[in-house]
Amino acid sequence: MLKVENLVKKFGDKYAVNDISFSINKGEVVGLLGPNGSGKTTTMNIITGFLSYTSGSVTINGYEILENPSEAKRNIGYLPDQPPLYPEMTVKEYLNFVYDLKGCTLNRKKHIMEICEITKTVDIRDRLIRNLSKGFYQRVGIAQALVGNPKIILLDEPTVGLDPKQIIEIRSLIRGLGRDHTVIISTHILSEVQAVCDRILIMNKGRLAADERTDELTKLMEGTKRVLAQICGSKKTILESLRALDGVSYVESSKEIPGTDATLFKIESNNGSDIRKKIFEMCAEKNMPIIGMELASASLEDVFLNITREKQTASRKTKKTSKIR
Amino acid sequence: MLAIYKRELYSYFTSPIGYLFVAILWAASGLAFSFFTFLAGQDANISSYFTSELIILMFVTPILTMKSFSEDRKLKTEQLILTSPVSLPGFVVAKFLSSYTLLGGTFIIVNCINLPIMFSYLSDQPLVVYNAVTALGSCVAVLLVGAAFISVGLLISSLTENQIISALGTLIILAALLGASMLNSKIGFAPLRAVLRWLSIYSRFSAFTQGYFDFASLIYYASFAAVCLFVTVRVYEKRRWA
Repeated sequence: MLKVENLVKKFGDKYAVNDISFSINKGEVVGLLGPNGSGKTTTMNIITGFLSYTSGSVTINGYEILENPSEAKRNIGYLPDQPPLYPEMTVKEYLNFVYDLKGCTLNRKKHIMEICEITKTVDIRDRLIRNLSKGFYQRVGIAQALVGNPKIILLDEPTVGLDPKQIIEIRSLIRGLGRDHTVIISTHILSEVQAVCDRILIMNKGRLAADERTDELTKLMEGTKRVLAQICGSKKTILESLRALDGVSYVESSKEIPGTDATLFKIESNNGSDIRKKIFEMCAEKNMPIIGMELASASLEDVFLNITREKQTASRKTKKTSKIR
Repeated sequence: MLAIYKRELYSYFTSPIGYLFVAILWAASGLAFSFFTFLAGQDANISSYFTSELIILMFVTPILTMKSFSEDRKLKTEQLILTSPVSLPGFVVAKFLSSYTLLGGTFIIVNCINLPIMFSYLSDQPLVVYNAVTALGSCVAVLLVGAAFISVGLLISSLTENQIISALGTLIILAALLGASMLNSKIGFAPLRAVLRWLSIYSRFSAFTQGYFDFASLIYYASFAAVCLFVTVRVYEKRRWA
Protein backbone atom coordinates (compact mmCIF):
# COMPACT_ATOMS: atom_id res chain seq x y z
CA MET A 1 0.00 0.00 0.00
CA LEU A 2 2.72 2.44 1.05
CA LYS A 3 6.37 1.79 0.36
CA VAL A 4 9.19 4.08 1.39
CA GLU A 5 12.64 3.16 0.18
CA ASN A 6 15.96 4.71 1.21
CA LEU A 7 14.32 8.06 1.70
CA VAL A 8 16.72 10.96 2.23
CA LYS A 9 15.85 14.61 2.68
CA LYS A 10 18.51 17.25 3.15
CA PHE A 11 17.92 20.86 4.12
CA GLY A 12 21.14 22.52 3.07
CA ASP A 13 23.73 20.03 4.30
CA LYS A 14 21.65 18.93 7.28
CA TYR A 15 19.87 15.62 7.09
CA ALA A 16 16.23 15.91 8.13
CA VAL A 17 15.48 12.36 7.04
CA ASN A 18 18.39 10.03 6.63
CA ASP A 19 17.94 6.84 4.65
CA ILE A 20 14.72 5.36 6.02
CA SER A 21 12.84 2.44 4.49
CA PHE A 22 9.59 0.79 5.51
CA SER A 23 6.43 -0.51 3.95
CA ILE A 24 2.92 -0.48 5.34
CA ASN A 25 0.17 -2.89 4.41
CA LYS A 26 -3.53 -2.34 4.00
CA GLY A 27 -5.51 -1.89 7.20
CA GLU A 28 -2.53 -1.29 9.46
CA VAL A 29 -2.54 1.50 12.02
CA VAL A 30 1.03 2.63 12.35
CA GLY A 31 2.49 5.08 14.84
CA LEU A 32 5.40 7.25 13.84
CA LEU A 33 7.12 8.06 17.06
CA GLY A 34 10.02 10.28 17.95
CA PRO A 35 11.18 13.30 19.91
CA ASN A 36 10.68 16.80 18.52
CA GLY A 37 12.81 17.45 15.47
CA SER A 38 13.34 13.79 14.67
CA GLY A 39 11.93 14.09 11.15
CA LYS A 40 8.37 12.80 11.64
CA THR A 41 6.64 15.77 10.07
CA THR A 42 9.19 15.97 7.27
CA THR A 43 8.61 12.31 6.48
CA MET A 44 4.86 12.87 6.39
CA ASN A 45 5.24 15.95 4.23
CA ILE A 46 7.30 13.93 1.77
CA ILE A 47 4.86 11.02 1.68
CA THR A 48 2.00 13.41 0.92
CA GLY A 49 3.96 15.20 -1.79
CA PHE A 50 4.11 18.56 -0.01
CA LEU A 51 7.90 18.38 0.04
CA SER A 52 10.17 16.64 -2.39
CA TYR A 53 12.90 14.25 -1.32
CA THR A 54 16.62 14.38 -2.01
CA SER A 55 16.85 10.70 -2.94
CA GLY A 56 14.95 7.46 -2.50
CA SER A 57 11.36 6.73 -3.47
CA VAL A 58 7.83 6.82 -2.07
CA THR A 59 5.25 4.58 -3.70
CA ILE A 60 1.59 4.93 -2.84
CA ASN A 61 -0.73 2.23 -4.08
CA GLY A 62 1.67 1.61 -6.95
CA TYR A 63 2.16 5.27 -7.89
CA GLU A 64 5.44 7.09 -7.29
CA ILE A 65 4.71 10.41 -5.57
CA LEU A 66 6.98 12.57 -7.74
CA GLU A 67 6.37 10.72 -10.99
CA ASN A 68 2.58 10.37 -10.81
CA PRO A 69 1.71 13.00 -8.23
CA SER A 70 -1.98 13.40 -8.95
CA GLU A 71 -2.72 9.63 -8.98
CA ALA A 72 -0.68 9.12 -5.83
CA LYS A 73 -2.31 12.07 -4.06
CA ARG A 74 -5.79 10.72 -4.82
CA ASN A 75 -5.01 7.88 -2.40
CA ILE A 76 -4.01 10.17 0.44
CA GLY A 77 -5.80 12.08 3.14
CA TYR A 78 -3.57 14.28 5.26
CA LEU A 79 -4.03 16.20 8.47
CA PRO A 80 -0.93 18.40 8.91
CA ASP A 81 0.21 19.45 12.37
CA GLN A 82 -1.92 22.56 12.04
CA PRO A 83 -5.35 21.77 10.54
CA PRO A 84 -5.56 23.54 7.15
CA LEU A 85 -8.86 25.36 7.65
CA TYR A 86 -10.40 28.49 6.14
CA PRO A 87 -11.89 30.41 9.07
CA GLU A 88 -14.38 32.34 6.94
CA MET A 89 -16.17 29.19 5.72
CA THR A 90 -18.71 27.03 7.45
CA VAL A 91 -17.80 23.40 8.06
CA LYS A 92 -20.17 22.27 5.31
CA GLU A 93 -18.82 24.76 2.78
CA TYR A 94 -15.29 23.77 3.67
CA LEU A 95 -15.92 20.07 3.24
CA ASN A 96 -17.65 20.76 -0.06
CA PHE A 97 -14.59 22.73 -1.16
CA VAL A 98 -12.29 19.85 -0.23
CA TYR A 99 -14.63 17.49 -2.07
CA ASP A 100 -14.25 19.57 -5.25
CA LEU A 101 -10.54 20.07 -4.71
CA LYS A 102 -9.93 16.34 -4.53
CA GLY A 103 -12.14 15.76 -7.56
CA CYS A 104 -14.32 13.18 -5.82
CA THR A 105 -16.94 11.23 -7.69
CA LEU A 106 -18.89 9.82 -4.73
CA ASN A 107 -22.40 10.95 -3.93
CA ARG A 108 -21.61 14.39 -2.53
CA LYS A 109 -24.36 14.86 0.05
CA LYS A 110 -24.27 11.32 1.34
CA HIS A 111 -20.49 11.19 1.53
CA ILE A 112 -20.11 14.47 3.41
CA MET A 113 -22.89 13.51 5.79
CA GLU A 114 -21.16 10.19 6.50
CA ILE A 115 -17.89 11.96 7.26
CA CYS A 116 -19.64 14.39 9.58
CA GLU A 117 -21.18 11.46 11.41
CA ILE A 118 -17.88 9.62 11.77
CA THR A 119 -16.10 12.71 13.09
CA LYS A 120 -19.13 13.85 15.14
CA THR A 121 -19.35 17.22 13.45
CA VAL A 122 -22.98 16.93 12.38
CA ASP A 123 -24.19 19.54 14.85
CA ILE A 124 -21.60 22.13 13.89
CA ARG A 125 -21.97 21.74 10.12
CA ASP A 126 -23.42 25.20 9.64
CA ARG A 127 -21.12 27.07 11.97
CA LEU A 128 -18.22 29.21 10.81
CA ILE A 129 -14.91 27.47 11.36
CA ARG A 130 -13.61 30.69 12.92
CA ASN A 131 -15.95 30.21 15.87
CA LEU A 132 -15.09 26.59 16.65
CA SER A 133 -13.02 25.35 19.56
CA LYS A 134 -9.64 23.68 19.22
CA GLY A 135 -11.14 20.20 19.57
CA PHE A 136 -13.51 20.82 16.70
CA TYR A 137 -10.71 22.31 14.60
CA GLN A 138 -9.01 18.98 14.95
CA ARG A 139 -12.19 17.06 14.10
CA VAL A 140 -12.86 19.14 11.01
CA GLY A 141 -9.22 18.61 10.07
CA ILE A 142 -9.71 14.85 10.32
CA ALA A 143 -12.99 15.12 8.41
CA GLN A 144 -11.10 16.90 5.64
CA ALA A 145 -8.58 14.05 5.48
CA LEU A 146 -11.42 11.54 5.07
CA VAL A 147 -13.03 13.26 2.09
CA GLY A 148 -12.89 11.04 -0.98
CA ASN A 149 -12.32 7.87 1.06
CA PRO A 150 -8.54 7.81 0.56
CA LYS A 151 -6.78 4.48 1.08
CA ILE A 152 -4.07 6.01 3.26
CA ILE A 153 -4.71 8.54 5.99
CA LEU A 154 -1.86 10.43 7.60
CA LEU A 155 -2.50 12.32 10.81
CA ASP A 156 0.25 14.52 12.22
CA GLU A 157 -0.12 14.78 15.99
CA PRO A 158 -3.91 14.49 15.92
CA THR A 159 -4.50 14.84 19.66
CA VAL A 160 -2.31 17.83 20.46
CA GLY A 161 -4.12 20.48 22.47
CA LEU A 162 -7.23 18.43 23.19
CA ASP A 163 -8.76 17.77 26.58
CA PRO A 164 -8.61 14.20 27.98
CA LYS A 165 -12.16 13.35 26.93
CA GLN A 166 -11.57 14.57 23.40
CA ILE A 167 -8.31 12.64 23.25
CA ILE A 168 -10.11 9.41 24.11
CA GLU A 169 -12.76 10.15 21.47
CA ILE A 170 -10.24 10.96 18.76
CA ARG A 171 -8.29 7.81 19.59
CA SER A 172 -11.32 5.59 19.25
CA LEU A 173 -12.10 7.44 16.03
CA ILE A 174 -8.64 6.63 14.69
CA ARG A 175 -8.95 3.00 15.67
CA GLY A 176 -12.29 2.90 13.84
CA LEU A 177 -10.63 4.30 10.74
CA GLY A 178 -8.14 1.43 10.83
CA ARG A 179 -10.86 -0.98 9.79
CA ASP A 180 -11.18 0.43 6.26
CA HIS A 181 -8.07 2.53 5.82
CA THR A 182 -4.36 2.40 6.34
CA VAL A 183 -3.61 4.95 9.02
CA ILE A 184 -0.31 6.54 9.97
CA ILE A 185 -0.23 8.83 12.97
CA SER A 186 2.76 10.74 14.20
CA THR A 187 3.10 11.61 17.84
CA HIS A 188 5.53 11.95 20.68
CA ILE A 189 3.02 10.66 23.21
CA LEU A 190 3.78 7.00 23.86
CA SER A 191 0.58 6.00 25.54
CA GLU A 192 -1.24 7.16 22.43
CA VAL A 193 0.67 4.79 20.22
CA GLN A 194 0.21 2.00 22.74
CA ALA A 195 -3.52 2.62 22.76
CA VAL A 196 -4.08 2.98 19.04
CA CYS A 197 -1.37 1.43 16.88
CA ASP A 198 -0.60 -2.10 15.76
CA ARG A 199 2.89 -1.17 14.78
CA ILE A 200 5.44 1.42 15.79
CA LEU A 201 8.13 3.14 13.81
CA ILE A 202 10.52 5.03 16.04
CA MET A 203 12.45 7.85 14.48
CA ASN A 204 15.45 9.55 16.02
CA LYS A 205 17.56 12.25 14.39
CA GLY A 206 16.19 11.48 10.95
CA ARG A 207 16.85 7.77 11.16
CA LEU A 208 14.53 4.85 11.74
CA ALA A 209 15.52 3.57 15.18
CA ALA A 210 13.00 0.75 15.44
CA ASP A 211 10.22 -0.91 13.48
CA GLU A 212 8.27 -3.34 15.67
CA ARG A 213 4.79 -4.53 16.43
CA THR A 214 3.47 -2.72 19.50
CA ASP A 215 2.95 -5.86 21.60
CA GLU A 216 6.43 -7.18 20.82
CA LEU A 217 8.04 -3.92 21.71
CA THR A 218 6.27 -3.91 25.05
CA LYS A 219 7.25 -7.53 25.61
CA LEU A 220 10.86 -6.59 25.04
CA MET A 221 10.81 -4.50 28.16
CA GLU A 222 8.92 -6.91 30.35
CA GLY A 223 12.16 -8.85 30.85
CA THR A 224 13.21 -6.35 33.49
CA LYS A 225 10.99 -5.42 36.40
CA ARG A 226 11.55 -2.39 38.49
CA VAL A 227 10.69 -1.96 42.18
CA LEU A 228 10.28 1.43 43.79
CA ALA A 229 10.88 1.15 47.54
CA GLN A 230 10.95 3.73 50.32
CA ILE A 231 13.29 2.43 53.04
CA CYS A 232 14.29 4.13 56.31
CA GLY A 233 17.89 4.16 57.51
CA SER A 234 21.30 5.24 56.37
CA LYS A 235 21.43 5.61 52.63
CA LYS A 236 24.85 4.05 52.27
CA THR A 237 24.12 0.86 54.23
CA ILE A 238 20.84 0.32 52.44
CA LEU A 239 22.49 0.74 49.05
CA GLU A 240 25.22 -1.72 49.96
CA SER A 241 22.89 -4.36 51.30
CA LEU A 242 20.51 -4.01 48.34
CA ARG A 243 23.36 -4.46 45.91
CA ALA A 244 24.47 -7.55 47.77
CA LEU A 245 21.01 -9.07 47.39
CA ASP A 246 20.70 -12.04 45.05
CA GLY A 247 18.87 -11.28 41.76
CA VAL A 248 19.31 -7.50 41.88
CA SER A 249 20.96 -6.08 38.79
CA TYR A 250 20.76 -2.39 39.43
CA VAL A 251 20.06 -0.08 42.38
CA GLU A 252 19.79 3.64 42.37
CA SER A 253 18.95 5.95 45.25
CA SER A 254 16.52 8.65 44.27
CA LYS A 255 15.00 11.48 46.31
CA GLU A 256 14.62 11.54 50.08
CA ILE A 257 11.08 11.29 51.39
CA PRO A 258 10.23 14.52 53.28
CA GLY A 259 9.17 14.19 56.92
CA THR A 260 10.87 10.80 57.37
CA ASP A 261 14.39 9.45 57.33
CA ALA A 262 13.51 7.30 54.32
CA THR A 263 14.93 7.40 50.82
CA LEU A 264 13.37 6.24 47.55
CA PHE A 265 15.30 3.47 45.79
CA LYS A 266 14.90 2.18 42.28
CA ILE A 267 15.74 -1.50 42.14
CA GLU A 268 15.85 -3.62 38.99
CA SER A 269 15.95 -7.40 38.88
CA ASN A 270 17.89 -9.11 36.16
CA ASN A 271 15.75 -12.10 35.21
CA GLY A 272 12.33 -10.52 35.40
CA SER A 273 11.57 -12.14 38.74
CA ASP A 274 9.60 -10.38 41.47
CA ILE A 275 12.13 -9.49 44.19
CA ARG A 276 9.80 -7.66 46.56
CA LYS A 277 9.73 -10.55 49.04
CA LYS A 278 13.52 -10.76 49.13
CA ILE A 279 13.83 -7.05 49.74
CA PHE A 280 11.31 -7.24 52.57
CA GLU A 281 13.04 -10.16 54.26
CA MET A 282 16.44 -8.53 53.97
CA CYS A 283 15.23 -5.21 55.36
CA ALA A 284 13.37 -6.89 58.23
CA GLU A 285 16.52 -8.79 59.16
CA LYS A 286 18.61 -5.63 59.23
CA ASN A 287 15.92 -3.56 60.94
CA MET A 288 15.40 -1.10 58.08
CA PRO A 289 11.65 -0.32 57.99
CA ILE A 290 10.04 -0.24 54.52
CA ILE A 291 7.37 2.44 54.44
CA GLY A 292 6.33 1.93 50.83
CA MET A 293 7.01 -0.40 47.95
CA GLU A 294 5.53 -0.88 44.46
CA LEU A 295 6.23 -2.78 41.30
CA ALA A 296 6.54 -0.66 38.17
CA SER A 297 6.50 -2.53 34.89
CA ALA A 298 8.41 -0.90 32.08
CA SER A 299 6.40 1.30 29.74
CA LEU A 300 6.95 2.09 26.15
CA GLU A 301 8.61 5.23 27.46
CA ASP A 302 11.50 3.12 28.71
CA VAL A 303 11.72 1.26 25.42
CA PHE A 304 11.75 4.50 23.57
CA LEU A 305 14.38 6.14 25.74
CA ASN A 306 16.44 2.96 25.66
CA ILE A 307 16.36 2.70 21.90
CA THR A 308 17.16 6.34 21.27
CA ARG A 309 19.87 6.30 23.95
CA GLU A 310 21.45 3.13 22.58
CA LYS A 311 21.61 4.62 19.13
CA GLN A 312 23.20 7.75 20.51
CA THR A 313 25.93 5.97 22.43
CA ALA A 314 26.47 3.65 19.49
CA SER A 315 26.97 6.54 17.14
CA ARG A 316 29.21 8.27 19.67
CA LYS A 317 31.34 5.15 19.93
CA THR A 318 31.75 4.89 16.17
CA LYS A 319 32.72 8.55 16.08
CA LYS A 320 35.38 7.95 18.71
CA THR A 321 36.84 4.94 16.96
CA SER A 322 36.98 6.78 13.70
CA LYS A 323 38.88 9.57 15.41
CA ILE A 324 41.39 7.11 16.82
CA ARG A 325 41.96 5.72 13.36
CA MET B 1 -8.62 24.14 -10.27
CA LEU B 2 -12.25 25.21 -10.58
CA ALA B 3 -12.70 24.51 -6.88
CA ILE B 4 -9.85 26.87 -5.95
CA TYR B 5 -11.16 29.53 -8.35
CA LYS B 6 -14.64 29.37 -6.85
CA ARG B 7 -13.36 29.42 -3.29
CA GLU B 8 -11.14 32.42 -3.95
CA LEU B 9 -13.95 34.43 -5.50
CA TYR B 10 -16.18 33.43 -2.62
CA SER B 11 -13.58 34.50 -0.07
CA TYR B 12 -13.34 37.96 -1.63
CA PHE B 13 -16.96 38.50 -0.75
CA THR B 14 -16.92 36.94 2.70
CA SER B 15 -14.26 39.41 3.76
CA PRO B 16 -14.24 43.20 3.33
CA ILE B 17 -11.47 42.97 0.72
CA GLY B 18 -13.67 42.29 -2.28
CA TYR B 19 -16.10 45.07 -1.40
CA LEU B 20 -13.28 47.46 -0.59
CA PHE B 21 -11.66 46.78 -3.94
CA VAL B 22 -14.85 47.26 -5.95
CA ALA B 23 -15.81 50.38 -4.00
CA ILE B 24 -12.43 52.09 -4.36
CA LEU B 25 -12.05 51.21 -8.04
CA TRP B 26 -15.56 52.35 -8.77
CA ALA B 27 -15.37 55.59 -6.80
CA ALA B 28 -11.93 56.56 -8.10
CA SER B 29 -12.92 55.79 -11.69
CA GLY B 30 -16.05 57.86 -11.23
CA LEU B 31 -14.04 60.78 -9.86
CA ALA B 32 -11.53 60.60 -12.70
CA PHE B 33 -14.36 60.32 -15.17
CA SER B 34 -16.18 63.41 -13.86
CA PHE B 35 -12.94 65.31 -13.70
CA PHE B 36 -12.01 64.65 -17.33
CA THR B 37 -15.47 65.13 -18.83
CA PHE B 38 -17.96 67.36 -17.01
CA LEU B 39 -15.41 69.48 -15.20
CA ALA B 40 -12.98 69.73 -18.12
CA GLY B 41 -15.43 71.51 -20.43
CA GLN B 42 -13.80 72.09 -23.80
CA ASP B 43 -10.73 69.98 -22.91
CA ALA B 44 -12.67 66.79 -22.27
CA ASN B 45 -10.70 63.86 -23.57
CA ILE B 46 -10.51 60.14 -23.12
CA SER B 47 -6.72 59.92 -23.10
CA SER B 48 -6.38 61.45 -19.63
CA TYR B 49 -9.25 59.33 -18.35
CA PHE B 50 -7.62 56.05 -19.31
CA THR B 51 -4.22 57.16 -18.05
CA SER B 52 -5.77 57.90 -14.69
CA GLU B 53 -7.47 54.47 -14.75
CA LEU B 54 -4.00 52.96 -15.03
CA ILE B 55 -2.78 54.85 -11.97
CA ILE B 56 -5.92 53.87 -10.04
CA LEU B 57 -5.26 50.23 -10.88
CA MET B 58 -1.74 50.59 -9.56
CA PHE B 59 -3.18 51.51 -6.17
CA VAL B 60 -6.02 49.00 -5.99
CA THR B 61 -4.35 45.88 -7.36
CA PRO B 62 -2.33 45.29 -4.16
CA ILE B 63 -5.61 45.18 -2.21
CA LEU B 64 -6.71 42.35 -4.42
CA THR B 65 -3.55 40.27 -4.44
CA MET B 66 -2.08 40.86 -1.01
CA LYS B 67 -3.66 37.85 0.61
CA SER B 68 -3.69 35.44 -2.33
CA PHE B 69 -0.76 33.20 -1.46
CA SER B 70 0.26 34.88 1.78
CA GLU B 71 -2.90 33.85 3.57
CA ASP B 72 -2.81 30.26 2.36
CA ARG B 73 0.71 30.05 3.63
CA LYS B 74 -0.14 31.52 6.99
CA LEU B 75 -3.22 29.35 7.52
CA LYS B 76 -1.27 26.30 6.25
CA THR B 77 -4.10 25.69 3.81
CA GLU B 78 -1.48 25.52 1.10
CA GLN B 79 -0.60 22.14 2.60
CA LEU B 80 -4.13 21.00 1.83
CA ILE B 81 -4.01 22.35 -1.71
CA LEU B 82 -0.52 21.11 -2.52
CA THR B 83 -1.28 17.62 -1.23
CA SER B 84 -4.49 17.42 -3.26
CA PRO B 85 -4.45 16.20 -6.86
CA VAL B 86 -4.21 19.76 -8.26
CA SER B 87 -1.11 20.71 -10.24
CA LEU B 88 1.01 23.65 -9.17
CA PRO B 89 0.34 25.66 -12.37
CA GLY B 90 -3.37 24.94 -11.91
CA PHE B 91 -3.20 26.35 -8.39
CA VAL B 92 -1.44 29.55 -9.54
CA VAL B 93 -3.69 30.05 -12.57
CA ALA B 94 -6.83 29.58 -10.45
CA LYS B 95 -5.63 32.28 -8.07
CA PHE B 96 -4.84 34.54 -11.01
CA LEU B 97 -8.21 34.01 -12.67
CA SER B 98 -10.18 34.72 -9.50
CA SER B 99 -8.38 38.03 -8.91
CA TYR B 100 -8.67 38.85 -12.59
CA THR B 101 -12.38 38.13 -12.65
CA LEU B 102 -12.92 40.71 -9.95
CA LEU B 103 -10.65 43.32 -11.51
CA GLY B 104 -11.84 42.80 -15.08
CA GLY B 105 -15.48 42.50 -14.07
CA THR B 106 -15.46 45.70 -12.06
CA PHE B 107 -13.60 47.58 -14.78
CA ILE B 108 -15.99 46.44 -17.50
CA ILE B 109 -19.10 47.26 -15.47
CA VAL B 110 -17.76 50.68 -14.48
CA ASN B 111 -16.94 51.56 -18.07
CA CYS B 112 -20.22 50.25 -19.42
CA ILE B 113 -21.70 53.05 -17.36
CA ASN B 114 -19.01 55.69 -17.86
CA LEU B 115 -18.27 55.47 -21.57
CA PRO B 116 -21.86 55.86 -22.96
CA ILE B 117 -22.25 58.96 -20.80
CA MET B 118 -18.95 60.26 -22.09
CA PHE B 119 -19.98 59.80 -25.70
CA SER B 120 -23.35 61.41 -25.28
CA TYR B 121 -21.48 64.33 -23.76
CA LEU B 122 -18.91 64.44 -26.56
CA SER B 123 -21.39 63.80 -29.36
CA ASP B 124 -21.16 67.35 -30.66
CA GLN B 125 -17.45 66.97 -31.25
CA PRO B 126 -16.30 66.02 -34.74
CA LEU B 127 -14.02 63.17 -33.64
CA VAL B 128 -16.64 61.04 -31.91
CA VAL B 129 -16.08 57.92 -34.01
CA TYR B 130 -12.34 58.16 -33.60
CA ASN B 131 -12.87 58.57 -29.86
CA ALA B 132 -15.14 55.54 -29.63
CA VAL B 133 -12.61 53.27 -31.30
CA THR B 134 -9.78 54.66 -29.20
CA ALA B 135 -11.82 54.07 -26.06
CA LEU B 136 -12.40 50.42 -26.97
CA GLY B 137 -8.71 49.95 -27.73
CA SER B 138 -7.78 51.58 -24.44
CA CYS B 139 -10.19 49.31 -22.57
CA VAL B 140 -8.48 46.25 -24.04
CA ALA B 141 -5.09 47.70 -23.08
CA VAL B 142 -6.19 48.45 -19.50
CA LEU B 143 -7.50 44.91 -19.14
CA LEU B 144 -4.17 43.48 -20.24
CA VAL B 145 -2.16 45.82 -18.04
CA GLY B 146 -4.47 44.73 -15.22
CA ALA B 147 -3.44 41.12 -15.88
CA ALA B 148 0.22 42.11 -15.70
CA PHE B 149 -0.37 44.03 -12.45
CA ILE B 150 -2.18 41.11 -10.84
CA SER B 151 0.55 38.68 -11.77
CA VAL B 152 3.15 40.98 -10.16
CA GLY B 153 0.96 41.08 -7.04
CA LEU B 154 0.63 37.29 -6.98
CA LEU B 155 4.37 36.84 -7.34
CA ILE B 156 5.08 39.15 -4.40
CA SER B 157 2.32 37.49 -2.38
CA SER B 158 3.91 34.09 -2.92
CA LEU B 159 7.15 35.34 -1.40
CA THR B 160 5.84 36.38 2.00
CA GLU B 161 3.24 35.33 4.53
CA ASN B 162 2.80 38.92 5.69
CA GLN B 163 -0.07 40.62 3.86
CA ILE B 164 1.17 44.15 4.56
CA ILE B 165 4.59 43.43 3.11
CA SER B 166 2.89 41.77 0.18
CA ALA B 167 0.69 44.82 -0.51
CA LEU B 168 3.46 47.38 -0.03
CA GLY B 169 5.94 45.39 -2.10
CA THR B 170 3.45 45.14 -4.94
CA LEU B 171 2.67 48.84 -4.79
CA ILE B 172 6.35 49.79 -4.89
CA ILE B 173 7.10 47.53 -7.84
CA LEU B 174 4.06 48.71 -9.79
CA ALA B 175 4.97 52.34 -9.09
CA ALA B 176 8.50 51.65 -10.29
CA LEU B 177 7.17 50.02 -13.45
CA LEU B 178 5.00 53.03 -14.19
CA GLY B 179 7.56 55.57 -13.05
CA ALA B 180 10.40 54.17 -15.14
CA SER B 181 9.22 56.00 -18.23
CA MET B 182 8.48 59.23 -16.38
CA LEU B 183 12.10 59.43 -15.24
CA ASN B 184 13.20 58.46 -18.70
CA SER B 185 14.08 61.95 -19.90
CA LYS B 186 16.36 62.45 -16.88
CA ILE B 187 18.60 59.57 -17.85
CA GLY B 188 21.59 60.63 -19.93
CA PHE B 189 22.68 57.17 -21.04
CA ALA B 190 20.83 56.54 -24.31
CA PRO B 191 20.84 52.69 -24.46
CA LEU B 192 19.45 52.48 -20.92
CA ARG B 193 16.78 54.98 -21.89
CA ALA B 194 15.81 52.83 -24.86
CA VAL B 195 15.60 49.68 -22.74
CA LEU B 196 13.52 51.45 -20.11
CA ARG B 197 11.17 52.82 -22.72
CA TRP B 198 10.79 49.36 -24.19
CA LEU B 199 10.08 47.85 -20.78
CA SER B 200 7.89 50.65 -19.53
CA ILE B 201 4.25 49.79 -19.12
CA TYR B 202 3.28 53.43 -19.19
CA SER B 203 4.92 54.59 -22.43
CA ARG B 204 3.50 51.58 -24.24
CA PHE B 205 0.09 52.34 -22.79
CA SER B 206 -0.02 55.99 -23.87
CA ALA B 207 0.00 54.87 -27.52
CA PHE B 208 -3.39 53.19 -26.97
CA THR B 209 -4.94 56.32 -25.52
CA GLN B 210 -3.77 58.25 -28.58
CA GLY B 211 -5.70 55.90 -30.83
CA TYR B 212 -2.84 53.67 -31.88
CA PHE B 213 -3.66 50.00 -31.38
CA ASP B 214 -0.31 48.29 -30.89
CA PHE B 215 -0.42 44.48 -30.99
CA ALA B 216 3.22 44.20 -29.97
CA SER B 217 2.39 45.93 -26.69
CA LEU B 218 -0.56 43.62 -26.08
CA ILE B 219 1.75 40.66 -26.49
CA TYR B 220 4.25 42.38 -24.21
CA TYR B 221 1.63 42.74 -21.45
CA ALA B 222 0.42 39.17 -21.84
CA SER B 223 3.93 37.76 -21.74
CA PHE B 224 4.78 39.96 -18.78
CA ALA B 225 1.88 38.39 -16.90
CA ALA B 226 2.84 34.89 -18.06
CA VAL B 227 6.44 35.31 -16.90
CA CYS B 228 5.34 36.51 -13.45
CA LEU B 229 2.98 33.56 -13.07
CA PHE B 230 5.69 31.18 -14.23
CA VAL B 231 8.10 32.59 -11.64
CA THR B 232 5.38 32.18 -8.99
CA VAL B 233 5.14 28.49 -9.88
CA ARG B 234 8.92 28.28 -9.61
CA VAL B 235 8.81 29.93 -6.16
CA TYR B 236 6.59 27.08 -4.99
CA GLU B 237 8.76 24.46 -6.70
CA LYS B 238 11.82 25.96 -5.07
CA ARG B 239 10.24 25.77 -1.64
CA ARG B 240 9.36 22.13 -2.19
CA TRP B 241 12.87 21.25 -3.23
CA ALA B 242 14.64 23.38 -0.68
